[in-house]
Amino acid sequence: MAETIAMPKLGFDMAEGTLVRWLKKEGETVDKGEVLAEIETDKATVEVESSASGMVRKLLVDEGAVVPVSAPIAIVGAADEEIDAIAPKAASQPSAVSRQPAPEPSKPAPAPGPVSPPTAGPFKASPLARRIATDHNLDLSRVTGSGPGGRIVRRDIEQALAGVPPGAPLAAPAAPAAIGHDSRTVPLTRLRQAIGRRMGESKTSIPHFYITREYKVDSLLDLRRQLNNMLPEDEKVSVNDFLIKAAALTLRQFPNLNASLHDEAVVQHGQVNVGVAVAVEGGLLTIVCRDADQKPLRQIAAEVKFMAGRARDGKVRPDDIEGSTISISNLGMYGVDEFIAIVNPPEAAILAVGAAAEVPVVENGVVKIGWRMKATISVDHRISDGAEAAKFMQALAVYLEEPLRLAIS
Amino acid sequence: MARITIREAISQALWEEMERDPSVFILGEEVGVWGGTYAVTKGFYDHFGAERVRDTPIAENAILGSAIGAALVGQRPIAELMTINFAFSAMDYIVNQAPKLRYMFGGQFRVPLVIRAVGGGGRQLGATHSQTPDAIFAHFPGLKVVSPGTPEDAKGLLKSAIRSDDPVLFIEHATMYQVRGEVPEGEYLIPIGKSKIQRQGSDVTIVAYSKGLELSLKAAEELAGEGIEAEIVDLRTLRPLDMQPVIESFQKTNRAVVVEEGWKSYGVGSEVAARIYEQAFDYVDAPVVRVAQKEVPLPYNRALEQAALPQVTDVVAAVKEVLR
Repeated sequence: MAETIAMPKLGFDMAEGTLVRWLKKEGETVDKGEVLAEIETDKATVEVESSASGMVRKLLVDEGAVVPVSAPIAIVGAADEEIDAIAPKAASQPSAVSRQPAPEPSKPAPAPGPVSPPTAGPFKASPLARRIATDHNLDLSRVTGSGPGGRIVRRDIEQALAGVPPGAPLAAPAAPAAIGHDSRTVPLTRLRQAIGRRMGESKTSIPHFYITREYKVDSLLDLRRQLNNMLPEDEKVSVNDFLIKAAALTLRQFPNLNASLHDEAVVQHGQVNVGVAVAVEGGLLTIVCRDADQKPLRQIAAEVKFMAGRARDGKVRPDDIEGSTISISNLGMYGVDEFIAIVNPPEAAILAVGAAAEVPVVENGVVKIGWRMKATISVDHRISDGAEAAKFMQALAVYLEEPLRLAIS
Repeated sequence: MARITIREAISQALWEEMERDPSVFILGEEVGVWGGTYAVTKGFYDHFGAERVRDTPIAENAILGSAIGAALVGQRPIAELMTINFAFSAMDYIVNQAPKLRYMFGGQFRVPLVIRAVGGGGRQLGATHSQTPDAIFAHFPGLKVVSPGTPEDAKGLLKSAIRSDDPVLFIEHATMYQVRGEVPEGEYLIPIGKSKIQRQGSDVTIVAYSKGLELSLKAAEELAGEGIEAEIVDLRTLRPLDMQPVIESFQKTNRAVVVEEGWKSYGVGSEVAARIYEQAFDYVDAPVVRVAQKEVPLPYNRALEQAALPQVTDVVAAVKEVLR
């Protein structure tokens, strides 16, 4: 029985993905679990595995196509199987023609309101956009759509004709023809757009409050040094790994900060999945260390290292970036003293961590030298309050200042 | 220019036409001694007498049957339906007799009949007395369907309807009798079958009529505060439908919202949207969005009734949707 491979949904807010590259051609055999294609989502480039074994009978979309979630992209089946019945529309679709109807979505959308119909095919464009493009001999595949679902609309064509790169601000003034101080317009990547959208929503809809606290990290740094002396070069543990473990264990005592707001209720998550912000080309991704409260430090370090590596290579897997229940952002490696972060929805809180630094400290009336590190938690005030967050920061100190506890927890 | 209500505008139109033409007369429930359920014909009975302002039994088929008969023999009857919901009791006369007699008799007869009917929801009159079934009547060739949204249009269009040699269904909205507006001094007519730009704008075209016009004008004010200039085309007549101003506006804005109070399915908005796609396909930059009543019998409960009826906020949201 031939099987249809669909555009996977790789995140709760993923609506579509771009098919970047086919790794199998029509007629080639594929095993279940083998990589069939690479797709690019708002967040990353990920690999799509075949959910069936057999021959790749039909590739239903071209490379570069923007495909809605759950729309069919390929058919895998036996070499001699009749496949027209399962994808009649898709099968009749010539690869380079844009006016073909889109494959029907598997179920009709239940909402009565205006819903953009899912469209596969090379690109979507309004009739007006198509007409203007035709009038001006403009190749639509060179235009990025800014309408719903990436539809190319009039403004996109007008910008393209005016020579403005897609995604540039609408009213970008023409650069003055003056003296070698040319500004450069850099189109927003999908990742950049996604970050902008999510952070914009978060900062405007979530009432944030912030608690900053300083931690004594002399013991932690000492323990880390000792551990790393025992570990091979590629398995070294970072300060951030300690933080992940410490935060996860502390969150077990503060379920309200390991939570999400859903309508009128706070959902306190059963798992503690710590997201770690990783700087990548053109933006950042939050990789997820699952059940961090239950994993040994060494395992946390290894997982984070691998996932961060994949993220930087643009090869992140869906599981790497989904399901975090709290996030940590650490800019200590840049010498940052302290900073505040924006809550990463639907989480309740994010911890922003600065650098550990050697500073003069006063203890029992004597000025001494000590290692200190500051962290700031940003919290959704709809879910929690200052006292709770402050107690969390206090409890976190137990693990950070007596880090041997991390080894026995 | 005088500033009067839609009630006064309709009343003036009736009065002036009755003064002008002795063949014009009114018949309906409570139109005479009582002066009309919505007080439109107050004073008419005393002035024009019982022959020309005729109270009838509560029998819509009798009202329409006798009105059509009178029209066939040269009178110009104005039959009033207390609510358009009662038109269903006289449906055969309204859609099967009046619009077809001239056609079927090869032009030997004319039916210069006006049916005034009060439609629309929002007054907690329950599911059977609150409907906006305008589209049903606009379906039938031979019946002109007029539904104004301003006092000026109400007066000018009603006078044209009374002078029409073919049957006209003139639909008034129950919650709009108090709407005020400027009306030209003296005698004037507004032709049936002409849409009108009621507000200039360049960003989006809103197509509306009757209550939809009222909602759209308010929505446009709100949108203007956000820098969105809506152009509002008032259909005024549903049949014959004048699409020219709609198409011209759409060719400028490329985006349209259609606002009606009736249900969305098979409605006025569906017709307008289809014609936009037929006549201006190459100017479409986004799918036309329809604003209409929720697909339920209209509830009696006030909050539920308002929830089911289209509101200004729905129009604002639709405009933002279509501009995405």
